[in-house]
Amino acid sequence: MTAAPRQSFFSPRLVSHVGWGALRLLPIALLVVGWELLASSGLVTPFMLPKLSAVLQRIFDDALTGELFLNLGLTLYRALVGFAISVVGGILLGAGMARSVPIRWFFDPIISVGFPMPKIAFLPIMVLWLGFFDVSKIAMIVLDAIFPVVTATLAGLNSVERELIWSARNMGASERELLWQVMLPAALPQILTGLQVSLPLCLIVAVVAEMAMGGYGLGGAMNTASRFADSRGVFAGIVEIAAVGYCLIKLMSLIRRRLLLWHQEAEVMFSTS
Amino acid sequence: MKSALVRFLPLLLIALLWEIAPRIGLVSSLALPPLSAVLSAWVELLRDGELLTNGASSLYRAGVGLALAILVGAALGVSMAWWRPVNAFLSPLVELFYPMPKSALIPVTVLWLGFGDGSKILLIFLGCMLPVTIGAFNGARGSERVLIWSARSMGASRLRVLWDVVLPSAMPELLNGIRTAIALAFILLVSSELIVARQGFGYLIGFLGANGSYEGMFAVVLTVALIGFAADRLYQLLMQRVLQWRE
Repeated sequence: MTAAPRQSFFSPRLVSHVGWGALRLLPIALLVVGWELLASSGLVTPFMLPKLSAVLQRIFDDALTGELFLNLGLTLYRALVGFAISVVGGILLGAGMARSVPIRWFFDPIISVGFPMPKIAFLPIMVLWLGFFDVSKIAMIVLDAIFPVVTATLAGLNSVERELIWSARNMGASERELLWQVMLPAALPQILTGLQVSLPLCLIVAVVAEMAMGGYGLGGAMNTASRFADSRGVFAGIVEIAAVGYCLIKLMSLIRRRLLLWHQEAEVMFSTS
Repeated sequence: MKSALVRFLPLLLIALLWEIAPRIGLVSSLALPPLSAVLSAWVELLRDGELLTNGASSLYRAGVGLALAILVGAALGVSMAWWRPVNAFLSPLVELFYPMPKSALIPVTVLWLGFGDGSKILLIFLGCMLPVTIGAFNGARGSERVLIWSARSMGASRLRVLWDVVLPSAMPELLNGIRTAIALAFILLVSSELIVARQGFGYLIGFLGANGSYEGMFAVVLTVALIGFAADRLYQLLMQRVLQWRE
């Protein structure tokens, strides 16, 4: 601690900050209490809506047997490996398209036709080609998640200010230096937006692929639970998947803020899509 | 015409490769039936009505789910931007549920509403609502204060301002949110039908695949992909029309 002027603990700003935080938690608390009350009121059967406490108990039990961590780990592994491949591949492809006319000519129609397609429909084809295991799931994730990265990289690189490029060239930057030290950093905000679209897609597809193919993983566990009419298991899966999604997306926006400390972008409250 | 040909030549090349590779044995024709076989399987499916009945039920589900999501989502988003208490109450919930991978809801909707249309419509409604809400919210919040003030000072009632000023200025972002929702609707529709259904495109894909009629499976997959693509393009055209009044 330095000798910086300390704020008194009860400074009005801090109180209003805490008060605001509590106010924001209120609706969530109401939701939790409402769920518990509705489930115990007898208006719905425990099969339709098990009590939240029972669902949490179930998650806790699964954590004790280690099942939770196995499923969680597998889903995260698939989603994140798929995400990593999409990021590296997407940025490379986007940069290639921005820099080279033939690459752009070849991939442009593929990207513009492929992006709006519901690629999840290719899932059975992936299974046919690559089998039931991790490879097909990860390939499916990449097929879905790479498009936003490519288009964001391409758009970002194309909108780099000319003056920036001219001055870098003028100061003797080689093409490679220009790409890595000027253009990619300048395009970073847009690339990161692409990643923020891509990451949730990775999770959605990972869960769907696991549900469709069965086996371990959060989606697979939910599918098994639903087959055996084990509604506690189904709701436990929802809570787990929602928690994972929330943490990953918060993490991603933290990373964005860190990486763009130097950038004067205005933080948007929600990013669409 | 010629430039379009040059532009879409890569797709043509891929189609050609698709036809030739299995024919000359580069890949097994079980893994990749030649394009011509897939096309004739498509005509077959169209003729015996499989494609139409399953397609109709898929599009019905997607349409109803989306319509509900757009109505409710836009109403929620605009009210969040217009009434502070609504915002204070809903925005933590939106923030909590927005990052949730929507596919996690598939088993629950089945638990609640069974294998039929209801569960898919509910899934699409729940999954597509939040992007619309957020689009409407961002758009309505961004409407210029000056416009609102001048409308108010000219004697427009609050509701009138909401309808005549806030809603039109929210339009671009709202329409963008809806575009995201359309893409999501197709993803959710197909995946839920792949996992549990007795009808629909996803069901048909799974059914044909399980029976080993891969030409048919490829044909339906291609159909779904193209419908998704066409829906997005049509929507973009519509968006341009709607937003024409902006310079």
